[in-house]
Amino acid sequence: MFVYIIRRVLYAIPILIGVNLITFMLFFMVNSPDDMARAQLGAKQITPAMICSWKVEKGYDKPLFINHHAKGMAMVTDTLFVQESLKLFRFDFGFSDANRDIGSDIKERMWPSLAIALPTFLIALITNISLALLLVLFRGSVLDTGMMVIAVMIMSISGLFYIIAGQVIFSKIWHWVPISGYEEGWSSIKFIILPVMIGVFAGMGAGVRWYRSIFLEQINQDYVRTARAKGVSEIKVLFRHVFRNGMLPILTGVVVIIPSLFMGSLVMESFFGIPGLGSYTIDAINAQDFAIVKAMVFLGSVLYIVGLILTDISYTLFDPRVKL
Amino acid sequence: MNIVLLWTDMLVWILVIVVAIWGLFISRSSQVQKQWHTVFKSSIAMASAIVLLFYLLFTLLDSVHMHFTANATASNGQTVQYKAETVSLLDLIFVHNLKSTERTYSAPFATHEYSKSVIVDDKGVTRQGYLPLRYVSKKGNLVEKSLFAVLVGLFISSLIILLHLFWQSSGNFKSVFLKNWKAQSVLPWRTAYLTIIFLVVLLTWLYMLSFDYHVLGTDKVGGDVLYQSFKSIRTGVLIGILTTLIMLPVAVLLGVSAGLFGGWVDDAIQYLYTTLSSIPGVLLIAAGVLSMQVMMDAHPSWFETTLERSDLRLLFLIMILGITSWTGLCRMLRAETLRISQMEFVTAAKAFGVGNLMIILRHIVPNLMHIILISVVLDFSGLVLAEAVLSYVGVGVDPTMYSWGNMINQARLEMARDPMVWWSLFSAFVFMFILVLAANLLSDRIQTVLDPRNK
Repeated sequence: MFVYIIRRVLYAIPILIGVNLITFMLFFMVNSPDDMARAQLGAKQITPAMICSWKVEKGYDKPLFINHHAKGMAMVTDTLFVQESLKLFRFDFGFSDANRDIGSDIKERMWPSLAIALPTFLIALITNISLALLLVLFRGSVLDTGMMVIAVMIMSISGLFYIIAGQVIFSKIWHWVPISGYEEGWSSIKFIILPVMIGVFAGMGAGVRWYRSIFLEQINQDYVRTARAKGVSEIKVLFRHVFRNGMLPILTGVVVIIPSLFMGSLVMESFFGIPGLGSYTIDAINAQDFAIVKAMVFLGSVLYIVGLILTDISYTLFDPRVKL
Repeated sequence: MNIVLLWTDMLVWILVIVVAIWGLFISRSSQVQKQWHTVFKSSIAMASAIVLLFYLLFTLLDSVHMHFTANATASNGQTVQYKAETVSLLDLIFVHNLKSTERTYSAPFATHEYSKSVIVDDKGVTRQGYLPLRYVSKKGNLVEKSLFAVLVGLFISSLIILLHLFWQSSGNFKSVFLKNWKAQSVLPWRTAYLTIIFLVVLLTWLYMLSFDYHVLGTDKVGGDVLYQSFKSIRTGVLIGILTTLIMLPVAVLLGVSAGLFGGWVDDAIQYLYTTLSSIPGVLLIAAGVLSMQVMMDAHPSWFETTLERSDLRLLFLIMILGITSWTGLCRMLRAETLRISQMEFVTAAKAFGVGNLMIILRHIVPNLMHIILISVVLDFSGLVLAEAVLSYVGVGVDPTMYSWGNMINQARLEMARDPMVWWSLFSAFVFMFILVLAANLLSDRIQTVLDPRNK
């Protein structure tokens, strides 16, 4: 088990290098160190000497991929790409255009993001699975067909509509909750309740359909027929057999997104003024702050890969057929 | 007047031609015919397909661009050519809306502006009041005009239906008509006719009233919202269709070769798509669009007009979306190719000495068609919805381009007003909802019929 985890973590390294290569190419091919120096210095009269000294100071004076002046291994390692990547691997994200430490910004903004994303995730998981089980129990009935029609409708409406409609109805007309904002601690509940509810509702259509199809696939299996033939009641069949066997495909889809919950939701956070990582990213995009976007891309990939590893581990824990 | 071919126009028309040829090619196979017959036996699928056809029609109308040159005589007697703006066929149809720009917001069917402004009346007294709209006619009443428009709509739709009946019947017109009407035909033609009647009547009503009113109101700078909603159709549909199709060759090529050749080819391709898919989609798109913006700012010579710039940006956006979305399809194609290449008919073909290329073309790709088709239709609705979110985030289409995302984004800022400016939001959401709902319903049906697991 331990060896397996080590192997998976090692396997993640080339992928992260690939991610770095992509972001590095995207940013440095169009946004050269010279441009960055000009933007950072901000003075009216910028001389080439000033740019040079800035580049030396920040370490941007090295060549991109291959250093022809160096000897041996240093030919590859003493380059901008390797230096930048090593910094990212140490989770040293550097400074944003506004000269703030990106690493500490991320640490600070992670928690508000999680305060929205985690309840949304948990409530959605529980409601969607229970609804899907209910529909599978009454499969083929009017309830099932009607709910499936509603599910397609929910899926077909833009997520932005739910946010805007929710804000107008619950905040502007009924004044139940404040329209946007955030506070530390338990008093933040009044701010997060609306985004959480909207998030749950917006994902309900696709979620219920997916879980329902998984359970329906199980219910046509032979072991379910055998259980019924033995005289097991339909409820017991559902919870003992269908639910437990359906958990395996559900694990694949669900575990992988758990680490990514830290990243928050771009749209939700900026609509509700939550100072999380999602709104941080949006602000960075609008300000064209490449350093922050790059840090977020790297962080997102790391979290996704962690999610993949967790999925594999959870499989070995829950599926007795998988042996390492 | 001369035709202007924008990049995306070209892609759309190439796509239309390719799909038409492909359709002719495969319609010879009776198995494929049977499959599509089964798809359209469901009346929901039929109605959805007709709705989608109408959206496609608007896309195509909006994909023929031309510009007119106006000649004028300058003061020194020389003829000067003024380049007028590039317009599409759809603009020509809605040319009255293009010209009738009001000053600011107005509600649907309003006769006066939404906000008060200072009015000086005949006696020189200044007061606050609602200015009347400039391009709203006061003659006649709404009900009469609506009734007339509905009649015209019924006439046009019955013409379409009659044409179809004549084409179908070849002689015994009455029996075919009765059969269709009593829903005894193989395909649910009655549903199709009812959908056509409904859509044509609705469109003629909207169109004929748009001469006298702003049917869906006007936006901040007085532009007609109905016209904007129709213009946005092209953006939404293009992003939905072209994104998947532009990356389809790559996904098929890589997926099939990974599954068929195995070894280091498989490893390399798997590494490539794992890496790409491990970057969160929105962030990769944002990063790509930001870089593209910088690049386009650095090369102003790539485009001459704002229309060309927004078109180029749309093309880049489609490519970036494509790069982020092909990985899922590629993974599925690889797995399926792996499965197929173990089957007896492929082993037999190999034993007979059939070349790799022939095996791919004859045995593997035809067996992958259902996966490709399902993924194209499934991705479509997701991409249409994604456009709105991306435009909101600021990495969507060009802000000067008409799109539902841009409409929502602009209207969102006015939410705090009282009474609310709801019509831009409403129109964008309704237009988007109908398209996505139709696409979802049709794709559900296609999936049930084509997916072999659902037998």
